[in-house]
Amino acid sequence: MFKTVIRRAGKCAAVAAASLMMMSAQAAEPIKIGSFLSVTGPASFLGDPELKTLEMYVEKINEEGGVLGRQLELIHYDDVGNASSARNFASRLIRSDRVDIIVGGSTTGATMAAVPLIEQAQVPFISLAGAVVITNPVKKWVFKTPQTDRMAAERILTDMKDRGITKFGLISGTGGFGSSGRTQTLEVAEQMGMEVVADVTYSGSDTDMTAQLTNIRNTKGVEAVLNFGFGQGPAIVTRNYAQLGMELPFYQSHGVASDSFLDLAGSSAEGLRLPASPLLVPDSLPDDDPQKEVVQNYKAEYEARWNSKVSTFGAYAYDGLMLAVRAMEEAGSTDPEAVRDALENIKGYVGVTGVFNMSPEDHNGLDPESFRILEVQNGEWKLIN
Amino acid sequence: MLAEFLQYLFTGITIGATYALIALGFTLIYNASHVINFAQGEFLMIGGMATVSLTAMGVPMIVAVVLAVILAGILGIALQRFAIAPAKQADVVTLIIITIGASIFIRGIAQVVWGKEYHVMQNFSTDQPIQVFGAVLNSQSLWVLGIGAILVVGLVLFFTKTLIGKAILATSMNKEAARLVGIRTQMVLMLAFMVSALLGSVAGIVVAPITFTSYDIGIILGLKGFVAAAIGGLGSGVGAVVGGLSLGIVEAMAAGYISSDYKDAVAFSMILLVLFFMPRGLFGAKVVERV
Repeated sequence: MFKTVIRRAGKCAAVAAASLMMMSAQAAEPIKIGSFLSVTGPASFLGDPELKTLEMYVEKINEEGGVLGRQLELIHYDDVGNASSARNFASRLIRSDRVDIIVGGSTTGATMAAVPLIEQAQVPFISLAGAVVITNPVKKWVFKTPQTDRMAAERILTDMKDRGITKFGLISGTGGFGSSGRTQTLEVAEQMGMEVVADVTYSGSDTDMTAQLTNIRNTKGVEAVLNFGFGQGPAIVTRNYAQLGMELPFYQSHGVASDSFLDLAGSSAEGLRLPASPLLVPDSLPDDDPQKEVVQNYKAEYEARWNSKVSTFGAYAYDGLMLAVRAMEEAGSTDPEAVRDALENIKGYVGVTGVFNMSPEDHNGLDPESFRILEVQNGEWKLIN
Repeated sequence: MLAEFLQYLFTGITIGATYALIALGFTLIYNASHVINFAQGEFLMIGGMATVSLTAMGVPMIVAVVLAVILAGILGIALQRFAIAPAKQADVVTLIIITIGASIFIRGIAQVVWGKEYHVMQNFSTDQPIQVFGAVLNSQSLWVLGIGAILVVGLVLFFTKTLIGKAILATSMNKEAARLVGIRTQMVLMLAFMVSALLGSVAGIVVAPITFTSYDIGIILGLKGFVAAAIGGLGSGVGAVVGGLSLGIVEAMAAGYISSDYKDAVAFSMILLVLFFMPRGLFGAKVVERV
């Protein structure tokens, strides 16, 4: 009788001790990573792979023991590509979810809508959107992982110049990406002493660009054609270009650097060049390329986990998350000010998109060379330089 | 100079023919029920997407096309039976709103089933474009024009020579009277939806090699088709064809000669002008108010 009481007491003590230990483990609260992405809607081709990447790597990091001994918790919202809901979700992430850092903003519109709030709330923010306005002028709390459209323009125009081209025709989409790309191209061309002899546009829903291309073809002095845009538009431009039998060197922007573009454009894409992430040609990178391993791993892991093709856009999220993790590790805490300072001083982080060297003047940290110039040969991407 | 003009003309006629087919679909249903069916663009999408996915599964092209058209036809009937018919006492505006809802629903399903990517369809015949006086014509354009013409002739014959066609016309003129002479008006409505779904899906299939196809292709093409129908005068078959072709040509000419920035503006100014001077559209029925 007495023995059983003791035994029971022992059991109780053991249970109490165990539950205490569990409580203390719970006391190390997870690090909250907030995100608003365009997972559905017109920009879903950006947000969908981005969310998949974040989910997958948060899981992976947690399995490996988390960051600073704490687990990561991903809190995400779908802004449906709508800037005003992006702003609302950013506000919810800051005020009610009280996240430690935000990695998100699939489009430039969504990012810029959230920036004022984030600056005011003083939370580190890594954007996954392209336009140059996000980090130029530099905003104290805002960073971004994709290269800017200006870098793409610089890279393309340098390649043209190397081929002895100084006059080219520009055809761009009227959407945010295309029109920003157009502005940057015009500026860069002027700086580099090149001439844009024809400048036409098309809207995102157009189904035939033959008229615009005829216009360019009939312009005197055109030596090459550059198309700045994304979505299905550039694929139609590419097909029309081939149908018209135009044989000038043809360039696309990084906006269509994906395998699905090759599927859409088919044999019409033969010979065109574009600046792209090394992710498209993981196996042709030279062995001494520091990015080779990171790129190959990301591609393999993503494709194994989701059973779908890896995309450049998902890689922006990968780099965003890894930069955030690295900054927190270097700061040794999740104190926003410390994390921000650490982010700003990250040097030599080798990501999928490029090698990041942040500084107080540069919250993007990439240079134009992080783009590789690829050419379509026999229906596949070929690394040119 | 001529080559340039011809190039713009070809571009305009091709896309215009597509608009015309969509506009005809609007016209059919409008005639039968005075409803503007905003799910018309979705029939187009179903045609293209079903063909693409069936061919991807290894079904021969011809069979895939037939199956896709049948699928769209069934969808048209289902739309009428399950969405429009249950609300038969409702007024026209309510029915129009129902079609908008249906279109969002269909698009959502398509997005889940087929994904959000754009898909390619091969040209029906050669990929080699045809040279005409220095302008190039995509061989698929000939298919669009040819099939469009056949459909228009077929529709005319259907309405003037067959009993069912006449029954639809009778219903559109006076539903009560049609019912009194023994026409089953519910049946006629269902037929109108089916025929217009068939039309839409065929348009979607022939144009898919040119425009690509995706779950949301129906939104903008459907809207343009509606504009074409409105320019031609809602309810007029000739009007739909003329409206579609002229919209396409004006768009292409504007893009080529003025600037592609103003392309849509020119198209929409055109509808304003037409409706301003001819409120019932180019070929709209003269309406006499009876007291």
